[in-house]
Amino acid sequence: MHLFRLKNNNKDKKDKKDAGKPAGIPEGLWVKCPGCSEIIYKKELERNLEVCPKCNYHFRINSENRIKIIFDEGSFVRLFDDLKPTDILDFKDTKKYKDRLKEDYEKTGLSDAAVAGYGLIEKIEAASVIFDFNFMGGSMGRVVGEKITKTFEYAIEKKLPVIIFTSSGGARMQEGIFSLMQMARTIAVISEYEKTRLPYISVLTDPTTGGVSASFASIGDIMIAEPKALIGFAGPRVIEKTIHQNLPEGFQRAEYLLEHGMIDMIVERKDIKNTIKNLLNLLIND
Amino acid sequence: MAAYLLDFEKPIGELENKIEELKTFNLSGIANVDEEIKNLETKRDKVINEIFKNLNSWQIAQLSRHPSRPYTLDYIDIITDNFIEMHGDRAFMDDRSVVGGFGFIKKDNAALKPQRVLIVGHQKGRTTKDKMQRNFGMSNPEGYRKAQRLFKLAEKYLIPIITLIDTPGAYPGLGAEERGQSEAIARSIYTLLNIKVPVISVIIGEGGSGGAIAFGAADKVFMLEYSIYSVISPEGCASILYKDVARTEEAANALKLTAKDLLNLKIIDGIIPEPLGGSHRNKFDAAANLKNTIIEAINDLKNKKPDIIRDERIKKWINIGRTS
Ligand SMILES: [Zn+2]
Repeated sequence: MHLFRLKNNNKDKKDKKDAGKPAGIPEGLWVKCPGCSEIIYKKELERNLEVCPKCNYHFRINSENRIKIIFDEGSFVRLFDDLKPTDILDFKDTKKYKDRLKEDYEKTGLSDAAVAGYGLIEKIEAASVIFDFNFMGGSMGRVVGEKITKTFEYAIEKKLPVIIFTSSGGARMQEGIFSLMQMARTIAVISEYEKTRLPYISVLTDPTTGGVSASFASIGDIMIAEPKALIGFAGPRVIEKTIHQNLPEGFQRAEYLLEHGMIDMIVERKDIKNTIKNLLNLLIND
Repeated sequence: MAAYLLDFEKPIGELENKIEELKTFNLSGIANVDEEIKNLETKRDKVINEIFKNLNSWQIAQLSRHPSRPYTLDYIDIITDNFIEMHGDRAFMDDRSVVGGFGFIKKDNAALKPQRVLIVGHQKGRTTKDKMQRNFGMSNPEGYRKAQRLFKLAEKYLIPIITLIDTPGAYPGLGAEERGQSEAIARSIYTLLNIKVPVISVIIGEGGSGGAIAFGAADKVFMLEYSIYSVISPEGCASILYKDVARTEEAANALKLTAKDLLNLKIIDGIIPEPLGGSHRNKFDAAANLKNTIIEAINDLKNKKPDIIRDERIKKWINIGRTS
């Protein structure tokens, strides 16, 4: 599973066998590509940064693998890992929110849907938040909002650029109004961060929708997306139900957003580290 | 009198019909009817009190969307003088689900200095045609962009900003996505947070999700007594999380979306009381309460320096519902 070896800075992280299992990849040696239906050898996919070698389909990757791709080996240090979600509304739908949290903790080894920290990107130090779709669909509640807030505060103090990698269905409904408030919270802290004149790069990966898309993720100084990532405010099914018509091919995909002027660029996974390095070199005034 | 009755309002409606009937009799000169009318009115108020004493969250949600509930333009009509509405985002279109303009708050006392305000709010329609034109209060990106344009004008002229929130949510449409619904909402929040004049938000009806917070990043946030504010509608929550729309009432309760809930959770700064039976039974009293709250909030904020206003607002929002 491991692309590179990574210093394990996470004290609570359980050493679970499938902690690094990417979303959408079943057990076994072979994987069917959702892009081209080709059967791919899993090891080959891993070697290729979980991008289909035949059709360039970018599989969703978890936070651990994202960190390995972006940060210099062993340089990433996790911050604010002691933040744990609480069931502030005592929320229960078909399941108790507490139980959902526990299940996803056991599934992913993560305490919530984003990992925060800092590390080196081609020797340039940067603070970062990396979403993990495997934990409750990457949804943003109080802990995710707090991690983003604290990461920007840390970056203000240490004078670091910030890069956020999103993969999220939006606000976490089980935290009710508190999740909605994170939209304004994160934008508030970014407003303060702007005074540093350091770059905030928003990297949108599949999928980025709802309250995440409609807040901090859409006001990056630089807006990057991974190829074919689904990005939008409302989910495609909701839109179809509202307007009673089929949506055009490629609707809400990264390429569509680029064409409509919503993002600066689409960058393939293999090039993302180098692109970020180049941007930071250009934009940081030292 | 309210033409439309919610299920739990029906006992009130029955008494009101009787009162109406008797009033008609009275006109034709039949004696002793006055007293009977008075009795029935007392009874009606007692019934309203009984019903409204024990409203559950779902009933409050229904009141927040009552078809006779006053909308943004109703309040603007009652509480302002010389209001002039502005239109358009200067880029694509005029989104009529958002109204915005400048005016003076009506004075109770001629000796007071006139108070200028920008009022921006969601606008729902009353008739079928009007509802369509207002897109049921669900805005496209241009609505949020028109608002941003007006927020900046208000800042330029040092005019306090009032936002009135009343939307089921941002419009989930093809064109909305094409033209950057997410960015429009995020930028609206950003603009309000950074504007250097006082910003006061009042949720007057439905505070639906992203469309609501787009106008809700204020120095002071108030809710009318029977308005709601939520990350998702009770119906949406029931269908997505409970997988059963029949559990809407339960979802409404679980979401903690009433003014009382949100004051307890320290999300809002205050509740504006509504007249007996809800704002749709007396829009003038509702508007008077709204106006008093707005004036008081402006007075608290208007002597602060522009930079201080912005910095304090940012600080408030960085720390809202903070976990540590
Ligand atoms: Zn493929």
